[in-house]
Amino acid sequence: MSGLALVGHQFRFDQKAFWRNPASVGFTVFFPVLLLVIFGTIFGSDNVEVRGGHIDTDTYYVPAIITMAIISSTMQTLAMSLVIAREDGRLKRGRGTPMPAWVFIAGRVGNSIVTALIMLALLALIGGLAYGVHFPWDRIPAILLVLAVGAAAFSCLGIALTAAIPTQDAAAPIVNFLLLPLYFLSGVFIPDDQLPNGIIHFADVFPIRHFFLAFFDAYVPGGAHTVAWGHLLIVAIWGLGGLLLAIRFFRWTPRSG
Amino acid sequence: MSYGETEAVRGIDLEVARGEVFAFLGPNGAGKTTTVEILEGYRKRTGGEVLVLGEDPATAGRGWRDRIGIVLQSNSLDPYLTVRESIELYAGYFSHPRSVEETIALVGLEGKADDRARKLSGGQQRRLDVGMALVGDPELLFLDEPTTGFDPSARRQFWDVIESLQELGKTIFLTTHYMDEAQRLADRVTIIAAGRIVARGTPEDLGEREKAAATIRYRDARGDEITIETLDPVRELNRLTGEALERGEELDGLEVTRPSLEDVYLDLTSTAEGVTSE
Repeated sequence: MSGLALVGHQFRFDQKAFWRNPASVGFTVFFPVLLLVIFGTIFGSDNVEVRGGHIDTDTYYVPAIITMAIISSTMQTLAMSLVIAREDGRLKRGRGTPMPAWVFIAGRVGNSIVTALIMLALLALIGGLAYGVHFPWDRIPAILLVLAVGAAAFSCLGIALTAAIPTQDAAAPIVNFLLLPLYFLSGVFIPDDQLPNGIIHFADVFPIRHFFLAFFDAYVPGGAHTVAWGHLLIVAIWGLGGLLLAIRFFRWTPRSG
Repeated sequence: MSYGETEAVRGIDLEVARGEVFAFLGPNGAGKTTTVEILEGYRKRTGGEVLVLGEDPATAGRGWRDRIGIVLQSNSLDPYLTVRESIELYAGYFSHPRSVEETIALVGLEGKADDRARKLSGGQQRRLDVGMALVGDPELLFLDEPTTGFDPSARRQFWDVIESLQELGKTIFLTTHYMDEAQRLADRVTIIAAGRIVARGTPEDLGEREKAAATIRYRDARGDEITIETLDPVRELNRLTGEALERGEELDGLEVTRPSLEDVYLDLTSTAEGVTSE
């Protein structure tokens, strides 16, 4: 098989394994859906102040939870599944075959990006049907561009993060301790008009806030621009940093035993 | 060859001929896995020369990996893929794979082809592991302690699989800490202990050692326990029983024992450990 055909081959089996694994489906698919329903139901009648104007809370939460689902499909899924495969000896085993390393990684990243697209469609559909947040069809190019940059960057960060996770048991706690607080502080879970300035400045250091703002601007009509290039650039720089760390520190052999 | 601070193995000379089953036997911690990982290209050696299928594993590329199959010491399966999918996945990695169905039959998992790996028993998972290594139709197959922790019937089934590979003419490099496994499967055995080779030969050669000395035990007329070590137990027994008959006595509790291969092996490996600890 040629390199690209082999990526497709790897991807096909990664998708099967992903959808059959209750942990990955639970974290990546059901958790964001549940959050959208909870937030939409509890805060649905409120208004959020954005860019000096007011929008419906549902209109705020649909792109916010999509942001979270994209990060979950990429960074969280990759960090957890790669550590589990590494400690099981599956990565080492694969390195003993003629399959090139990049094919394996490309298959996994492809799996994450496709899952992110599925989550975009699913959450947009729920947002439209249940909460009347219409999908902005005219903004599809901007949405896909922001999604692609974010998915690539958070994939790199997820792969880099595996180097800091010593065991299978440590994977979920480490990933959640990193991501959950940042979702709150970055305005993903709590509308940012209710967050103190100090917290926003703190969250501005990390890529989640910038990815959220870029995605929000692409998804919600009425913004100053459809593509927030500045925020997108910061996300890309974080992704590049993750890529360099991943190249330097990613390992194929188990750390324990 | 070493890793970390301690030298794991030293002065090891191995030659494995095409088409043979070579058993590398030794207790846990003897240096078996270190050696096999150097041969597989996973581990860098600190010295010495290694050629596997004509290439140095440390620098060999994809073409070389296409010709070998590796089964690691612990199972490395995707729990959510079925037997057939796992083998199909690996078939895609190699340039001239065997047929997937044929490979499933070869490892005796026809009845389990649509079961996910996580539902299989330990022995079945191990055979799937071997199937994934075999589907690339390798010339050389590495098996690192393939039956550790198996119950007797699972071991026997696994041995049947290895014997059928032998008939296909595969070269097999097997590490094990079971003497009986080496004896049953291998054309040649090399015993390693504490990083050094302590014995080598065919299973029959090593078996010769067990013919070397026998122990005769009995109680004499006064009830004293008598133990005689002899190289010639037949003559010695004839003498003892002849004398006893002449005196009209019994030889109470008479038994003749020979060290089993296991004893030979334990003797060899414990001596080697004794030497290094001095």
